[in-house]
Amino acid sequence: MSLLIRNGTVIDPANGVDRARDVLVRDGRIAAVEEPGSIAADGATIVDAQDRWVVPGLIDMHVHLREPGFEYRETITTGARAAVAGGFASVACMANTDPVNDSAAVTTAMLDRARASAPARVFPIGAVSKGLRGEQLAEIGEMHAAGIVAVSDDGMPIMDGNLMRRALEYAAMFGLAVIAHEEDCNIASGGVMNEGEMSLRLGLRGMPAAAEDAMIARDIAILERTQGRLHVAHISTRGGVHLVREAKQRGLAVTAEAAPHHFTLTEHAVEGYNTNAKMKPPLRTEADVRAVRAGLIDGTIDAIATDHAPHHRDEKDVEFDKANDGIVGLETALPLSLALWREHGMERSRLIAALTVNPARILGLDLGTLGVGCAADLTVIDPEAAWSVEPSAFRSKSRNTPFAGVEMVGRAAMTIVGGRVVWPEAQDA
Amino acid sequence: MSRFARRHLRALEAYSRDELESLLITAASFKEISERNIKRVPTLRGKTVVSFFCEESTRTRVSFEIAAKRMSADFVSLSGAASSVKKGESLLDTTRNLDAMRPDIIILRHSSSGAAAFLAERVSCAIVNAGDGAHEHPTQALVDLLTISEHKPQLAGLTVAIVGDVIHSRVARSNLFALRTLGAQVRLVGPPTFLPPEASTWGEVHHDLREGVRDADVIMMLRVQLERQGRNFFPTIEEYARYFCLTEERVAAAKPDVIILHPGPMNRGVEIATDVADGPYSVIMNQVTNGIAVRMATMFLLVNRPSVEIELELEAARRSAAGEEVPA
Repeated sequence: MSLLIRNGTVIDPANGVDRARDVLVRDGRIAAVEEPGSIAADGATIVDAQDRWVVPGLIDMHVHLREPGFEYRETITTGARAAVAGGFASVACMANTDPVNDSAAVTTAMLDRARASAPARVFPIGAVSKGLRGEQLAEIGEMHAAGIVAVSDDGMPIMDGNLMRRALEYAAMFGLAVIAHEEDCNIASGGVMNEGEMSLRLGLRGMPAAAEDAMIARDIAILERTQGRLHVAHISTRGGVHLVREAKQRGLAVTAEAAPHHFTLTEHAVEGYNTNAKMKPPLRTEADVRAVRAGLIDGTIDAIATDHAPHHRDEKDVEFDKANDGIVGLETALPLSLALWREHGMERSRLIAALTVNPARILGLDLGTLGVGCAADLTVIDPEAAWSVEPSAFRSKSRNTPFAGVEMVGRAAMTIVGGRVVWPEAQDA
Repeated sequence: MSRFARRHLRALEAYSRDELESLLITAASFKEISERNIKRVPTLRGKTVVSFFCEESTRTRVSFEIAAKRMSADFVSLSGAASSVKKGESLLDTTRNLDAMRPDIIILRHSSSGAAAFLAERVSCAIVNAGDGAHEHPTQALVDLLTISEHKPQLAGLTVAIVGDVIHSRVARSNLFALRTLGAQVRLVGPPTFLPPEASTWGEVHHDLREGVRDADVIMMLRVQLERQGRNFFPTIEEYARYFCLTEERVAAAKPDVIILHPGPMNRGVEIATDVADGPYSVIMNQVTNGIAVRMATMFLLVNRPSVEIELELEAARRSAAGEEVPA
């Protein structure tokens, strides 16, 4: 089966392409990318992409799919459906499941489930430490052999600096990045939101930006003594962005990602004790939001990743300090990211790179490009589609979003994984 | 008198001067009831008030109970320790169950900041916040304002020094928000561990108690929780007292007619010296007495105000139908 995507604007940063091109997909691979009108249909199904962007299938390198263990929040299947609805052809899922993904057996089970019933590609991330307890290294080599694409104790900051050092050293042997949830728990001191004017007003315990900055500084210092790769997850502070920028200038192997909520919302979203504005790292100040945007625009921050964190209504409809951390992100990330281009002057090729080839490189995936012969993962974006967020229409099992009712511009018109159209969903499915 | 139209008493931060003044005027008018030989009026007869305290409390809970009973309300008291919250039921479910029994008011004390606001949006009865975490304790601040207003001609222009554990204090927040709305100058006094950098947006910050109370009209002491010592907010109680205990000598820096408040319970010899607590400037017992009137006024306005208004409207309609002149 083949597809001919015509009249679109192909944005393929890996190949330096940003112009009108037709794309031919055959047998799950990119067969040709040519001048408009120059590829014969030859029996291929025609997709009209007039006024649309045709980009490599988007990659979200940081999601929580909750399976195994928390299937009432999300499953690999529902999470992958949410992914393709949001334009993501691939997701990398964190290890804080139950059991924790700290063994090849769990990695294999996740991959089997994904292969059987997920419309998106699912790449497990293994735990750094056994049980995410921050004590002893997990069997990183075994998990690597089973298919993990990085290691992370995401959600459980690695307080033991020596463990972080060993993880960076050891994971380097397999070419795996260590994805770090940067939070010094002592400085964070049980805080439930950003520490500052808002936390003081609301009487909520704050966690200062210093908790994140100090940990990023520590891990960069440790990185210098290793051959490893450090990837800073969901960077949220101005200080953190400065530290990463400076480390990159010194040539260190550090990369970073930012979540759409951290470049869109400030701590003011917590007003009224809104538990859908509660996450870690917390929403910060306007200065931090601006610094995260600037970091994305100048390339200090490599990737946009959602930290998609589904929670059941019962886990959010509680007193603020008792609510779980995190929000769903897969189905709102694309328009929030497009706002960087539309409103903040980010070059669209750089924006698409942050959603495709950059995360692919960090995870060592042979994806995120529309080179001829590459896997035919594509996202067709309607950059001008106006819509309003209706959580009950989410493909995700969970509804915990601070963007309910918000007007968005831009969405995925089509998501293609391995040459197969997975979004919109087939009507007769 | 201006109207008080709120459905709940959640937090004073958003209250206007008019709303605060209606509460205070109503409270002042209720004081006399507690001085009568028979301390009971029928104002809340047939109304049900449930006090739901998920944190320890003596004086606030008793104050609400006496206030409700002096107005003839049916009063039911439930403590967190005895409630099904202890059995693992969520705060929301427990409160919804209470709400389904159709009380008119639930008085809530809870350790989570925002708990009262959270429930107010999810129940049909009125919620009175009797302290939510480190957020607000509105009736205590109204007590303090009423007490101050009995000793000072007006609140606007007064210099009020709030001393102690500001960051953890719901009493400090409620007072601060209301005092600022009413035009008082607020100073915050304590060690930097209790006064984060942003506190300076609230008022002048002082780390020296004598300077902090200099020429103050009102000194409002906060209780220091002894367990803060273990969390390194200060080294020892003894050292805290050395720098922040309100002594006669330190009071001398304030105005000669200064008054001193404390919401209780006091740690004598820690944040306040005994001779100051029991001395001539102290209005601490007046606060406790005023607590009854403030809580009567709060419950009265929340429960009765709408029906008072409806009765006035009906009366106006009747008169107008009868061709009588309607009073403006």
